[in-house]
Amino acid sequence: MKSQRFANTAMGVLAWVVALLIFFPILWLLLTAFKTEQQAFTVVPNFFFSPTLESFKTALAQGSGYWHYAWNSALTAVASTVIGLALAVPAAYAMAFYPNKRTDFLLVWMVSTKFIPAVGVLIPIYLVYSAVGLLDNALGLTLLFTAMNLPIIVWMVYSYFRDIPKDIVEAADIDGASIMQTLFKVVLPLALPGLASTGLLALILAWNESFWSITMTDHSAATLAVYIASFKSAEGLFWAKMSAASVLAIAPIIVLGWFTQRQMVRGLTFGAVK
Amino acid sequence: MAIVELKNVAKRYESQHKGSSSNNAVDNFNLVTRDGEFVVLVGPSGCGKSTTMRMIAGLERNTGGEILIGGKDVSQVPPKERDIAMVFQSYALYPHMSVAENMGFSLRLKKRPAEEIKQKIDEAAQTLGIEHLLDRKPRELSGGQRQRVALGRAIVRNPQVFLMDEPLSNLDAKLRVDMRAEIVKLHKRLNVTTFYVTHDQVEAMTMGERIVVMKDGEIQQIDTPINLYDFPANRFVAGFIGNPSMNFLRARHADGAVSGPGFAFTLDAAHTQAMASRRVVDVWVGVRPEHLRIGDAAGANRVEGTVDVVETLGAVTMVQLSVGEHVVTAQLPGHQTVRIGDTLTLTCDSDKLHLFDSESELAIGRESAAASSATAEA
Ligand SMILES: Nc1ncnc2c1ncn2[C@@H]1O[C@H](COP(=O)(O)OP(=O)(O)OP(=O)(O)O)[C@@H](O)[C@H]1O
Ligand SMILES: [Mg+2]
Repeated sequence: MKSQRFANTAMGVLAWVVALLIFFPILWLLLTAFKTEQQAFTVVPNFFFSPTLESFKTALAQGSGYWHYAWNSALTAVASTVIGLALAVPAAYAMAFYPNKRTDFLLVWMVSTKFIPAVGVLIPIYLVYSAVGLLDNALGLTLLFTAMNLPIIVWMVYSYFRDIPKDIVEAADIDGASIMQTLFKVVLPLALPGLASTGLLALILAWNESFWSITMTDHSAATLAVYIASFKSAEGLFWAKMSAASVLAIAPIIVLGWFTQRQMVRGLTFGAVK
Repeated sequence: MAIVELKNVAKRYESQHKGSSSNNAVDNFNLVTRDGEFVVLVGPSGCGKSTTMRMIAGLERNTGGEILIGGKDVSQVPPKERDIAMVFQSYALYPHMSVAENMGFSLRLKKRPAEEIKQKIDEAAQTLGIEHLLDRKPRELSGGQRQRVALGRAIVRNPQVFLMDEPLSNLDAKLRVDMRAEIVKLHKRLNVTTFYVTHDQVEAMTMGERIVVMKDGEIQQIDTPINLYDFPANRFVAGFIGNPSMNFLRARHADGAVSGPGFAFTLDAAHTQAMASRRVVDVWVGVRPEHLRIGDAAGANRVEGTVDVVETLGAVTMVQLSVGEHVVTAQLPGHQTVRIGDTLTLTCDSDKLHLFDSESELAIGRESAAASSATAEA
């Protein structure tokens, strides 16, 4: 009994240590955002200081363009998620309810496209984009995000559809429902928690994306990733301002994640716990 | 209500091997129902019962033959246009809809007026005794209640044909007996042509107006329950129908009698005549356990062996004896004094015997008057 309790306590402590370790960079980021540039630059870690909002003021100031970048981030993330789901649902529906010999291969192949590092396809995509005028363009970036997330979205939606017993789809078929009616009245309502968490994940991945955002945009379609990077300028690094900018960039998604965490957990367990 | 005709219906799944023709999931299925008939499909697991139902429903395309519902070839018609209702083994209720919504789904899709839908749901709910459950979700129901909702969803449609694939197999024994009677009653009232799949021969015998016995994708026999019992067309049907199942003894025929180690029977006129015209002398003798009774060692019909097992069930006593290489089960009246190790002699009337060809395993010399031409010839 006693050793059991000790083990539990030890596990608890270990969990906290790991959690703190993971959380520390974010904590440090938060602290730094409230420091002056001088305080931020000290070599000796400094936990006690009088917080200032100076960096936030600069980060949000007229010329910084925060709202411009935030709008681009939101637009491309939401649009790519909506397009991604719209494309993934029919694909996943066909694969889940009308599988054939090639379905498994197709799934693996789709996900295997994620094995290629993004830089590997940078040159061809850059050239094509520059030829068709999609560089620094919100539509271009949206398409990239969609393509980037589509395999994951299809895979996830497919898993949620697979959790729906085939009998139910066949019952709808016999009850006289068309494919569209089966999809909208039976399959989608049943897969809604899964679709929601898939959408959230796609949204977060697109929002946090930085490689394509930084390389394919300049200003007009630039997202918050570009905004953060802009604080590393020729005149040097501005730790405090960069931290404040980062906090502002990740805040919306963290708030969203916080409010939807129940949904996320429910969806991400992939129907394992019914 | 409609007549359903299946003509040489066959199904081969894509994944099955191309070369071998013998292993179609369903092969050469011929059946014409009466209008409003209750047909039971029965057979061991994997014999093609569900496949046949799914082809009638249109969930699977038949790869051979034709299926006609009400005289119309539906082989190319999608399920939703076949006007059939199906009750699934898993019930397949829509989990996100209430009981009423589940039952009214098909009518809503047809855009029927709301009052009509409500009235039909109420009617069906009353028939099935589930009026108090209409607002519940399927997960808030017991197995038996779900079963009723699934039936209700089928009957509000007022379809041409009902298909039920092992609808009772997820219920406990007592509920199963109750629902069995209820489905029969329901069928009497609605008089809709019904196909009912089960692998439980008691269910088949008690419910079916006609029973289709299947094995390995092929029909073995189609007949009324009592004819299947009295005139099994082959050894498989003889062993499948009846509980406990028929005893089979390998025997040789000579001069109107069949015998083997530990047993001998004289044949009745019909069997004698049938055997007279045959050259082959090896046959299977079939005797139902309930037709065996205590006999004496000097009798003309006798089976003699040592008792291995005695099961006292009250009304009856089940006895198993070793007869030569065979094990023979007998169902004797209760209160027997036999004990394990005893030597026991049993007897049976000649007209209760069944003979089967030792090679083809087809019945010899007994034909049901109604024996249909659809009986398997393979
Ligand atoms: N989708 C499929 N693909 C390939 N073969 C299949 C498929 N469905 C069924 N089969 C095969 O067809 C045969 C008949 O199957 P079916 O489901 O009709 O049997 P059943 O009589 O309903 O059995 P059970 O009593 O177990 O339900 C089996 O050999 C089965 O393996
Ligand atoms: Mg089956």
